[in-house]
Amino acid sequence: MKTRILGYVALAAVAAVTAVALFVVPSDRNQGDAQRIMYPHVASAWLAYLSFGVTALAGIGWLWKRDLRLDAVAHAAAEIGVIFTAFAIWGGMMWGRPIWGVFWQWEDPRLTTTALLLMLYVGYLLLRRLTDDPERRATRAAIVGIVAAIDIPIVHFSVEWWRGLHQTATIGSPDRVLDPAAPMAFVGTLLGTLGAFTLAWLYLMIRRYQLARAEVAREEARRLDRLMSARTAAVAR
Amino acid sequence: MSTLRAEARIALAVARKDALAELRGRHATVSTLFFAAVVLLLFGLALGPDAARLAAAAPGLLWLAVVFAGILAVNRLHLLETDDGALEQLALYPVARRAIYVGKALGGFAVMLLLGVLVLGAVGVLFAVDVAKAWLPLLVTVVLGAAGVAAVGTFYAGVTVRLRAREAMLPLLMLPVLAPLLLGAVKASAAALAGDPFDELGAWLQLLVAFDVIMIVAGMATYGYLLEDG
Repeated sequence: MKTRILGYVALAAVAAVTAVALFVVPSDRNQGDAQRIMYPHVASAWLAYLSFGVTALAGIGWLWKRDLRLDAVAHAAAEIGVIFTAFAIWGGMMWGRPIWGVFWQWEDPRLTTTALLLMLYVGYLLLRRLTDDPERRATRAAIVGIVAAIDIPIVHFSVEWWRGLHQTATIGSPDRVLDPAAPMAFVGTLLGTLGAFTLAWLYLMIRRYQLARAEVAREEARRLDRLMSARTAAVAR
Repeated sequence: MSTLRAEARIALAVARKDALAELRGRHATVSTLFFAAVVLLLFGLALGPDAARLAAAAPGLLWLAVVFAGILAVNRLHLLETDDGALEQLALYPVARRAIYVGKALGGFAVMLLLGVLVLGAVGVLFAVDVAKAWLPLLVTVVLGAAGVAAVGTFYAGVTVRLRAREAMLPLLMLPVLAPLLLGAVKASAAALAGDPFDELGAWLQLLVAFDVIMIVAGMATYGYLLEDG
């Protein structure tokens, strides 16, 4: 019941910030309406990093405490993180097309880094699907999740360097909105979007966690079923 | 100090076992080398025949060939252990898991080093790049790159070795993690070949060292869990 209320609150909050970002806050002088993409884009990127942090921490927790509930948390976070990562990339490309003239800009290190991030965690999810035994799956996934999280800063740093040794910073960095001189309306809308999206993230996390627990319970029941029917067949013979 | 020495001995014993098996069976090296050769030839077809363009792309082609072939090599080296439950035997040894990881990674490193040096030579011949001119920085780059591929590959081969779909999963898991290594090694090789005009070679080599150290430590810390119930 509490979760359902959280869901409605999150839905209302996301609807509210969407309306504000689309119709209330003024558009950017240079970028026009395309700049409005920045609000969900930045919020999604933040939730992607949050998700993968949770996956790594829950993975460490599993290796330490051997509690399958922690593995369910890691699974839920990774799956939701992949969705937000994909959404962030998609938003970035939609913004890049009118502003940069291209969907994909190799000069922007964050775009490339985020794409690699997506690949890391798609691999993580595929690995989970290919392993049947819950404890083995938890261990493999935990290790891959931890190493992926360690790799993210190195990837980010190296890609930034790769591009940055010769060129200067890219134009129109969305982060500039957080400049202290930026209009309060922009900063307020961005913070509101961050809050609303985080509420939605929390709701999705709880639901996906419950689902992951139910999946493991069903797997376990099926395995017992198979064992039982094998035993009955053996006795009948 | 004595535990460190004991663990080093275990690691060397594991590496020696892998090297011996490889020398006798040649599971990893031969097929991997020819795979790298085919990759280089296809790169030449895809980007050639303009010699200037091929020479400009040579550092990237070198490292893509090494990384692609490296995936095959580490997979082969780990596949060896699945025969006759050898991995379970290895897990039963009452020794530190990190020593076993270091040993397996050393075996992989030896194969990768051989591969890297030979591919470097092949790139020099095929794409008309003067590798002899800058042999020392190129060799250092190959050593660091081989160590990184072996460190990451040993670890991910351990994750995927028991999967049915390991041939698809190993590259999918490994390649994004290896992205910083690819960048560092390509940039270092290109700088070395160009005579390091922007004085950036040292920085890229440092990136490779940092990547190698971080991945070796991560592998040492987690390989035991893989061996136990991964």
